Amino acid sequence: MGIIGAGSGVAPEKFESRLRSKDLLGIEELDAGEIQMILNTADSLKEVAHHPIKKVPALRGRTVVNLFYEPSTRTRTSFELAALRLSADVVNIDVPTSSVSKGETLLDTARTLEAMSVDVIVMRHASSGAPHSLARHLKSSVVNAGDGQHEHPTQALLDLYTVREKFGSVEGKTITLVGDILHSRVAHSNLFAFTKLGAKVRFCGPPTLVPSELSALGAEVYYDLKEALTGADIVYVLRLQFERHRMGFLPSVRGYVKEYGITPERIKWANPDALVMHPGPMNRGIEISHDAADSPQSVIVAQVANGIAIRMAVLYLLETSRMREGQ
Amino acid sequence: MGAEKTRTTVVMDGEALGRAVTRIAHEIAEKNAGSLDDLIIVGIRARGDVLAKRIQVALNRRIEKQVPFGVLDITLYRDDVGSRAALPRSTDIPFSINGKIVVLIDDVLYTGRSVRAAMDALVDFGRPQGIQLVVLIDRGHRELPIKPDYVGKNIPTQPQANVKVELEETDGRDIVVVEEAA
Repeated sequence: MGIIGAGSGVAPEKFESRLRSKDLLGIEELDAGEIQMILNTADSLKEVAHHPIKKVPALRGRTVVNLFYEPSTRTRTSFELAALRLSADVVNIDVPTSSVSKGETLLDTARTLEAMSVDVIVMRHASSGAPHSLARHLKSSVVNAGDGQHEHPTQALLDLYTVREKFGSVEGKTITLVGDILHSRVAHSNLFAFTKLGAKVRFCGPPTLVPSELSALGAEVYYDLKEALTGADIVYVLRLQFERHRMGFLPSVRGYVKEYGITPERIKWANPDALVMHPGPMNRGIEISHDAADSPQSVIVAQVANGIAIRMAVLYLLETSRMREGQ
Repeated sequence: MGAEKTRTTVVMDGEALGRAVTRIAHEIAEKNAGSLDDLIIVGIRARGDVLAKRIQVALNRRIEKQVPFGVLDITLYRDDVGSRAALPRSTDIPFSINGKIVVLIDDVLYTGRSVRAAMDALVDFGRPQGIQLVVLIDRGHRELPIKPDYVGKNIPTQPQANVKVELEETDGRDIVVVEEAA
């Protein structure tokens, strides 16, 4: 790296400080270097929350739209605070009251937003791939805040960040994700994320929710919780969605709790300093017991705080990368 | 690095740099003789922080007090956010600056835009009684009405010239050079 003083006046040297894509659609599309860049940037941005004035002017005059076709107070609030702490303006589109419910197509909605000079569209949608089709048609950046059963990249990034913060590194760690792997975009994004940074990924749950074909993606598949947790550094509990029971994927919720519910006793099967994580919102007493959720090994609250820093980093890097692209 | 021919002139060697640091520390002590307890030193990344550390050590020795030391990253406060290939780094000001005299330290003063950004960042941390500016090199060509209180050396430069400050801690040696197209 060059040594250019404040007064250089020459073009800065090129080095990796840019995301290749204008969008963040999934972890699958990122390389390890880009992931590390996002985590490092989040490190510097996290402290803004502890400044006397919890705001920096970096994205002043930019507009971020939260376009949520599925309700999510947590993720939406996290993106909103992230944008506000970078001084961007934020508009939340409440789908049930928008013209979307009058039959406007996704693309028309997006084009309308872009005509209003929106810079970033943060989108959650029930259909896998919805943000991808949007991104292809727009000059604005699109951030996937969860698409169907496909990906939830910022969740995986904040999970990586939390693990790195606690252990110093992700490489060589073993993470066991427990629950409904099949329908979980969090599990899919985390598989890519942890694998790309050199961790081992295990999936565990009932066979109807953890198809053995998933091992083709690079994960080890377990049906026995004790085996799955033995040697694990991270116990990652997925939210159990009750409609799966109605859809016949689970014979009974009680049976699930008995086999796979995470309790302090079962956490002891993992490594002594193992972290307990959950993407929220938790069903306490179902996939995770009260005592497990509040145990000293639980970093669930840290995940929430880190989520804002990660989303700030993503918004900042997408915007600055796009600006330099345009130069 | 490009292959174009450049002429490099050494404007400050290690010895001169060391003398400048000592002299600036003495000047700070003199100018603030009545309010030494209110002094705070803040260096601007990257290299202003390294210089600030040295000035703090010299100042501590001179006034026999421990002057608080902080580091400021101005990436998020620049008026050209994103146009430089720099990722934000951490800011570390682990004390209140309310009512204090902040001695702000940078390596090179040029357009004044970095100092403008640094003052905006500082004000977000509190309301100091005053801000004083130290620069190792003032190379002229100001675009904003900013004037340093302490200067290591004034060096008239061409606008296209590049002033390079290298410091032992970050670059392995103490030297200031001006690079110009030959």
